[in-house]
Amino acid sequence: MFRDAALVAAKDLRLEARSRVAFNQIAPLALVILLLFAFALDPARGVLARAAPGLFWVAVLLCALFAVQRAFAIESGDGRSDALRLSGLDPAGIFLGKVAAIALELAALEVLLGLGVAVLYDASFGGWVLLVATGASATAAIAAAGTLYGVLAAGLRVRETLLPLLLLPVLAPVLIGSTRAFEAAFSGVPADGWPWLGLLTLFALVYLVAGALAFGSLLEDM
Amino acid sequence: MEPVIRFRGAVALVGRFPALAGVDLDVGRGEIVLLQGPNGAGKTTLLRTCAGLLPVVSGEAVVLGHDLRRERRGVRAHVGLLGHASGLYGDLTVEENLRFWTRAAHLELSTVDEALATMGLDGRLRSVTVNRLSAGQRRRTSFACLLARRPELWLLDEPHAGLDNDARDLVDTVIRDAAAAGATVLVASHELERAVSLAERVVVVSGGMVTSDSLRAGDPGPLAQQPEAHGVS
Repeated sequence: MFRDAALVAAKDLRLEARSRVAFNQIAPLALVILLLFAFALDPARGVLARAAPGLFWVAVLLCALFAVQRAFAIESGDGRSDALRLSGLDPAGIFLGKVAAIALELAALEVLLGLGVAVLYDASFGGWVLLVATGASATAAIAAAGTLYGVLAAGLRVRETLLPLLLLPVLAPVLIGSTRAFEAAFSGVPADGWPWLGLLTLFALVYLVAGALAFGSLLEDM
Repeated sequence: MEPVIRFRGAVALVGRFPALAGVDLDVGRGEIVLLQGPNGAGKTTLLRTCAGLLPVVSGEAVVLGHDLRRERRGVRAHVGLLGHASGLYGDLTVEENLRFWTRAAHLELSTVDEALATMGLDGRLRSVTVNRLSAGQRRRTSFACLLARRPELWLLDEPHAGLDNDARDLVDTVIRDAAAAGATVLVASHELERAVSLAERVVVVSGGMVTSDSLRAGDPGPLAQQPEAHGVS
């Protein structure tokens, strides 16, 4: 299973590196979202700095939608979904591979957004351990839930519009938890953030296990 | 010896529509069988059913010892399906596609070089991305993927489509060699002259059923005289 996951993740990342969709389109979009918030909220009143954790994760969620759609767009058309079903790959391995590839893309995006938040919103970072742990757990949760709902929507004609409708409500706990944990880290009181990190880790584990178990059946309808 | 494909009154669904409406068919190891019939007759559906891609809802359907009504996913790793589409990743090179699909089947990568050489893709073309290939070169790449995976059952839907005469001859040679090595081949084709010379047996499909089964087109052989053994509907 893990060998298949590594194979799928390497393939997806190579395809992404060749097409440069994440680099040329999704990353600039993330920065544009940060800029728009900076224009909409007055930096002089300190609103931006206070709202920075929430705005950061809203930007991550919106970009995650494109990353998930992209992960399944490369499998649709020209007989690739049939080839994937006939490949002999373990469906759980395919799921974990897709999760890993999306998570790595999102992690790179989060580093970029972090720099953007520091520069544009004048946010000060503290509690690095909590920040990194929250980033890892939330990213895994978003990638796992995104991959599960991504394959569900991939078999439908209205997938472009249906995926955000399905996924964003599901990811509301991740948005809340990661925002609260980041607020605690930003404010220099990391102890307040650890329970939220626990929630995020639990969410990620539930979706990783559920996805690995259900992906094979969902792949049949892709 | 147990047949590679054994269908008895097999009904398979495409969505909710019974696209195979009670197929009877036996195919033995090493046979090359031509599926013939008009558009929409059910040839592609029969190939996809044999590959375990479509659910069989009634009758008996056993492929390579796997009961398709109970465990159709189990047969998939042992079959190779060449459909109308290429099944290739456009942003990967020819060689990267072959390496990915070969490793996915848990096979040694040594088969990749052999398949590339057999299909004439071992020169400059191996490092060209699939998006930049012509339709014929893509078809050869798809065929090379199939060859590298060395399936026990080859399911070929219009394998000569988009190929020039030399490539068609090459494909025919590869199919004959595979059958000689023990693989079983089902070919759906409208190119009768070429396909009939390739196949040992011709099965006519119409309305989702097998309506005729003969050793060669227009030459009903002893197989067709034994409906119980060879599934003439």
